[in-house]
Amino acid sequence: MKRIVLLTVSCCAFGTAYSGGYRVAIQGQKAMGMGHTGVALGESAETVFFNPAGMAFLEDSASFTAGATLINSEIEYYSADTNTGATTDSPLGTPIGLYYSRKHSDQLSYGLGIYTPFGSTVEWPDDWAGSHLINNISLAAIFVQPTVAWQFNDRYSAGLGLVYASGGVEFDRNLNTSLTNENGDRSKVTLDATGVDDVGANLGFMAKVNDKVQIGVNYRTEMSLEAEGQSADFENIPASLSTLFTDTTFSADVPLPAELTLGLSYKYNDKTTVAVDLNFTEWSVYEELLVDFDNAVPDSVNARGYKDTTTFRIGVQHHHSDRWTVRGGFYFDQTPIVSGLYSPDSPRDDTSFLTVGATYNHSSRLAFDVSAFMGLSDEVTNSYDQYAESDGTLSPFGGTYLSSVNGIGFGVSYNY
Amino acid sequence: MTYQKTFKYSAVAVATSMMLVISGCDDSISKPGSDSYSAGDADFSKMVTVGDSLTAGYADSALYLNGQLASYPAILAGQINQVQPITFTQPLVNDNTGGLLANGTSLGLSNRLVLAADAEGTIGPAPIAGEPTTEIGIPAVGPFNNVGVPGAKSFHLVSTAYGDITGVAAGSANPYFVRFASAPTTSVLVDAASQVPSFFTLWIGNNDTLSYATGGGVGVDQTGNLDPTTYGASDITDPNVFASVYNSLVTTMTANGAKGVLINLPDVTSIPFFTTVPYNAIPLDAETAAGVNAGFASYNGGLLQAQAGALITEEEVAARTITFAAGNNAVLIEDEDLTDLSALSLPSYRQATAEDYILLTTSSALGTLADPNNPLSVVGVGFPLNDAQVLTASEVALTTDANEAYNATIAALAEASPNLALYDAAAAQSTLATEGIQYGTGGITATFARGGGFSLDGVHPTERGYAVIANDLIDVIQESFGATIPKVDPGSYRTVYTN
Repeated sequence: MKRIVLLTVSCCAFGTAYSGGYRVAIQGQKAMGMGHTGVALGESAETVFFNPAGMAFLEDSASFTAGATLINSEIEYYSADTNTGATTDSPLGTPIGLYYSRKHSDQLSYGLGIYTPFGSTVEWPDDWAGSHLINNISLAAIFVQPTVAWQFNDRYSAGLGLVYASGGVEFDRNLNTSLTNENGDRSKVTLDATGVDDVGANLGFMAKVNDKVQIGVNYRTEMSLEAEGQSADFENIPASLSTLFTDTTFSADVPLPAELTLGLSYKYNDKTTVAVDLNFTEWSVYEELLVDFDNAVPDSVNARGYKDTTTFRIGVQHHHSDRWTVRGGFYFDQTPIVSGLYSPDSPRDDTSFLTVGATYNHSSRLAFDVSAFMGLSDEVTNSYDQYAESDGTLSPFGGTYLSSVNGIGFGVSYNY
Repeated sequence: MTYQKTFKYSAVAVATSMMLVISGCDDSISKPGSDSYSAGDADFSKMVTVGDSLTAGYADSALYLNGQLASYPAILAGQINQVQPITFTQPLVNDNTGGLLANGTSLGLSNRLVLAADAEGTIGPAPIAGEPTTEIGIPAVGPFNNVGVPGAKSFHLVSTAYGDITGVAAGSANPYFVRFASAPTTSVLVDAASQVPSFFTLWIGNNDTLSYATGGGVGVDQTGNLDPTTYGASDITDPNVFASVYNSLVTTMTANGAKGVLINLPDVTSIPFFTTVPYNAIPLDAETAAGVNAGFASYNGGLLQAQAGALITEEEVAARTITFAAGNNAVLIEDEDLTDLSALSLPSYRQATAEDYILLTTSSALGTLADPNNPLSVVGVGFPLNDAQVLTASEVALTTDANEAYNATIAALAEASPNLALYDAAAAQSTLATEGIQYGTGGITATFARGGGFSLDGVHPTERGYAVIANDLIDVIQESFGATIPKVDPGSYRTVYTN
């Protein structure tokens, strides 16, 4: 085992698994090992996120789990027309998940989840070919979710979490494809929004159909990070335009779409369980990113036109011994991006993910989790066709993109 | 199956997945790698680029450092260097201001133009502040691979007086060439050929019609005059003189078996210097139009009298009759090609048509008062644009005829030798002017100041425009000489500068 751990650490100290858009689907180490399934499992405190109803079926009177993941992502861009390219130099992503669940009575459980389901950090080289669309973006949101679950009987339970989301985004790009000041430095804008928040809900229902089969439904409501009065800084603005492009504030909405997940798990035997989840994400709410500046600078309208997505997930876990549990999984993640709106802030196509994981039970109470995953992306040639020059002519920006994501996560669980 | 065994399988599965992760890290877009680059049949070891301002990297009415660094020869050389390591030198100026000094005294050339706001807040081209620092009395020591000389016409390249500082004031020498000429008595061609080029580009002849056109056709069409030493600065070069000079340029450049690209000459009327100001640039309301028409009633009546006297035809009467109406009106111009009716006290006036080109530099004069004390002397309405402010249809025809003759010479020479390729810059510029050019990450058009293709002088490309030209040349070189050379992304080059 030592060898495996060493191998794991040495090769995957960098790694990432971004889902479509800016959703980061890594909310639990155990789940991640199984293709990020969990709506019909209810075996660890991770269920606070995956399906609050599962809290009612947890065996221990109190369960705690915490984990963090290191995600390495890279996007390579290449234009066959010009035979030039660029590669992002993005820092490691580090989504976390902390969950606690406690039984109050045979019927009532309560708990808390803290997790980071949305985020994106992409850093392109300064003034690269697509810098009029994006140079750098860093989006992060943390969710805090106090939760209760109710067990109706041996077979049915339901759960409800209230979600408080707080997030921020920093974004910079060049103002257009050509504006420079008199020294030839490209004019740019940086938008910085922090402490933007919203509330929502995480609802779940779970049923034990029989000794082997369990089903679950989970719905997370749409939320929206509505920035208002946040700072917009303009740099390298020509003197003659400086009265227009004054540093100002702006408003913009970034939707965090609703998600419905249907799950089914099947206990093959005492040791082996298979789980299948189907996620539907209402990405179609993200029609455009509209940045409304609070001065005379015209609104920046960035068409997105996302489509709803379906993600299919499957995972298996095997209790090898009292000490060891091993997991494997796969999921197919649809991209919400439509052809002709491939913006370089998140230019990923449909992606298959392979995941593996393991738990080492140090004692009946303390366990350590590890998971690793990689995305299997094909290169995709597409363009963003809705960029308009100042005279209104559309100026498509296209090329071939290849995203690579992989990562590794570590967690610890304590039950009593 | 024992636990031990199951565990081994699981361990192998985990380890295999980890290996996949490692291999995933090396993923990369499939694209032509540097191992696929090749010089083909060409040898770029000594590349020399010969020409005028376009070859020098001139833009925004000035030769300045950033423009030179983004000249099409510099961009081309940078890409060729990835195929075959070469050195490529240019006679770089000192600064990004522009202008030249001769023995400490400014030659009065324009500083580079940037977009800037005037006192009323209107944004337009204006020279950037600063004093020139590039001294032509201090020789730039070559040899230089780029021998582009702003202002040069075809026959200047073989002139042995062109680099002599004592001839600058008289116009027989060119200050840009004076600065980097290897000796006062050398010629541009000698300095180019003495480097024994293995590869060259030649783009000369633009100024042979352009100086006439930008001067509004004040110069003389010298077709028929075979002695260029008698030409004025704004004259059209005789096509036979051009052919003779061009022939000797090509013969000399290819004397040692060099391969090269000949670049033909765009039509002058495809550049924003001529296409930005519309011929009907005068908006009037009905009342003003009626007042102006009343002022021209006697002129219009005089035309009919002249026709009655058989001095002019009915067509000329129609062309010369002046009528203004509510809306946009054609500007009033003076056209010396009209029949001289000064004996009847009638000036040679008419209104412009879509075939006449109002110069970009004329836009500031339009609508002003020729006589500040006379409100009826509005330029373009009550007072005509003069000959130097408009390139009339008949003047356009002269430049077009000459240009076609030059291009025929260039095409014939390119066709005659397998060592020579032709870049049809005329077609490229026509495409730019009519529909714009897309390059995958964006595009440029010929729209003045905003299109991204032309710099603020309305004649020369922007750095981005030069990058498109460099990519086109790479296409031509690949096609003609079997080379494989990476291109540049024009979108990463600048357009106009704004202050």
